[in-house]
Amino acid sequence: MAEKYTPGTHPDLPPPKNLVGPAAWIRDNLFSGPVNSIMTLFCLYLLWVIVPPLVNWLFLNADWIGTSRDDCSKEGACWVFIDVWMRQLMYGRYPAEEIWRINLSYILVVLTALPLFFKAVPSKVKGALAGVLLIVYPIVFFYLYVGGSFGLEFVETPRWGGLFLTLVIAVTGIVASLPLGIVLALGRRSEMPVVKSLCVVFIEFWRGIPLITVLFMASVMFPLFVPEDLSPDKLVRALVGVALFSSAYMAEVIRGGLQAIPKGQYEAAAAMGLSYWKSMLLVILPQALKMVIPGIVNTFIGLFKDTTLVLIIGLFDLLGMAQAAATNTDWLGFTIEGYVFAAFGFFVFCFAMSRYSQRLERALDTGHK
Amino acid sequence: MSEQQKREMSDETVIRLVGMHKWYGDFHVLKDINLDVKRGERIVICGPSGSGKSTMIRCINRLEEHQQGQIIIEDTELTNDVKNIEEVRREVGMCFQHFNLFPHLTILDNLTLAPIWVRKMPKKEAEELAMHYLERVKIPEQADKYPGQLSGGQQQRVAIARSLCMKPNIMLFDEPTSALDPEMIAEVLDVMVTLAEEGMTMLCVTHEMGFARKVADRVIFMDGGEIIEENTPEPFFNNPQNERTQLFLSQILNH
Repeated sequence: MAEKYTPGTHPDLPPPKNLVGPAAWIRDNLFSGPVNSIMTLFCLYLLWVIVPPLVNWLFLNADWIGTSRDDCSKEGACWVFIDVWMRQLMYGRYPAEEIWRINLSYILVVLTALPLFFKAVPSKVKGALAGVLLIVYPIVFFYLYVGGSFGLEFVETPRWGGLFLTLVIAVTGIVASLPLGIVLALGRRSEMPVVKSLCVVFIEFWRGIPLITVLFMASVMFPLFVPEDLSPDKLVRALVGVALFSSAYMAEVIRGGLQAIPKGQYEAAAAMGLSYWKSMLLVILPQALKMVIPGIVNTFIGLFKDTTLVLIIGLFDLLGMAQAAATNTDWLGFTIEGYVFAAFGFFVFCFAMSRYSQRLERALDTGHK
Repeated sequence: MSEQQKREMSDETVIRLVGMHKWYGDFHVLKDINLDVKRGERIVICGPSGSGKSTMIRCINRLEEHQQGQIIIEDTELTNDVKNIEEVRREVGMCFQHFNLFPHLTILDNLTLAPIWVRKMPKKEAEELAMHYLERVKIPEQADKYPGQLSGGQQQRVAIARSLCMKPNIMLFDEPTSALDPEMIAEVLDVMVTLAEEGMTMLCVTHEMGFARKVADRVIFMDGGEIIEENTPEPFFNNPQNERTQLFLSQILNH
């Protein structure tokens, strides 16, 4: 007979056998019933069919070394193509001897952003670094990329291209759309009828038209109305178009966050004597933005991929450059390699943004709700 | 009323509501409210739900707008003038039923926010002040936690300390214990009693009749948007004049 049980004195027993370990995990998760067993076997079959040929094409049967298409003799991918065109894919037609300017900017960004990832760095330093990243660098990089001053050679924007152009458009769009979106979202919730209607009209207009239309208007229609010497550079027009377009989406994402903040938070801030802007900046926005991080990053990722549309106005981003390279008469027939490489490039950046947003959500979690 | 309480209350009127009316659309929420509150006076407002008692005290720091009549707080009349509103809000503290602490800030940051950004106090000084009030509400050890990690009673005490950090002349309490579990009500009431004994001008909307008997100089009964009856606690509870007051008191005291 078992001894009489006194609460709190029972010794810890090991879990019953067959409930832990890899075998139990496989049984519970993959073969828990006839349907699951069939599904598991089917998926294994699919992997068996798909993965080996893919690995063969990508790596085992691929050509890696060479300088021309004649070096691609195997059945797999011809990465020589990517290798030969690498400079154009990364920098477009930016002069070779000036590429250090772009690389310098990359290095500066990485070095400045790196301390932001460490907990030991005091928040004041982090704030200063973020300020440099968001305010100082855009100005410095403008002069660095364009040149024509400080002894740097002038590089006209049609020569910009490849991943570099993708990053310029995407980062400008991202950096500009967040503050613009915040202002628009607050404006749309304003009690002042004029401000409110202006914001509603702006948001609905930009959300209502396709990005291709915006870019096309910016590059083709705009010069028809504005004299040529007053009309800004084509890239600038595209950048403004992209920034306004994405700020309208951003505004609605942020408005969702603002609406989710309980009324009591607004009242508590007001009751303490905080002015409208102070209560927004100190109390409401930090909570609202935190809540909609997934939506904000979603918009960022969408924006990053939408930059490929600038092809339509004759700018060659990473994807455009890959396509252009594949239509070169010496390299016809390597479209797939070009697309795979472009896809890989986009995936790296979008996946990084996604991971960073998850990290941010965890870091900002204060155990509320 | 004890001798001590009499001494603390002065003749200076700090809150004056004159013929105040308020409507929500067509619904007449507050009807001809007239109320004078002297410095150091402690007032408890009770009444059935929907009687307008919360709305009335929320008009005093203009979380709600009145449409007719006058509200004068320490010589400043509440109008649409944002300057006046912010001035009044700096001097009038408020505690809410649901605490409304800022969940993204630590307890200490919750307390120092307004002193730093409204009073322009240096951060160090604000933190010392915050710790002083956290000790007074007996939870200095929670300073670095977030509101979500505290119990309801602790959160409400933090909320009281947060209001006190602005050194208000008047404190408004909007049902501060209604959202609390019974065992936590006492700890919040203790803090409020201490505050009352120190001579703070207080307006409390509450159903804690024990608290009313203990500290109130005046109890006000509201129903249907009107002040029905007001009196000192003894006669108010022992000998209510109005029928509706009698009914209300019998409902909340007899179970």
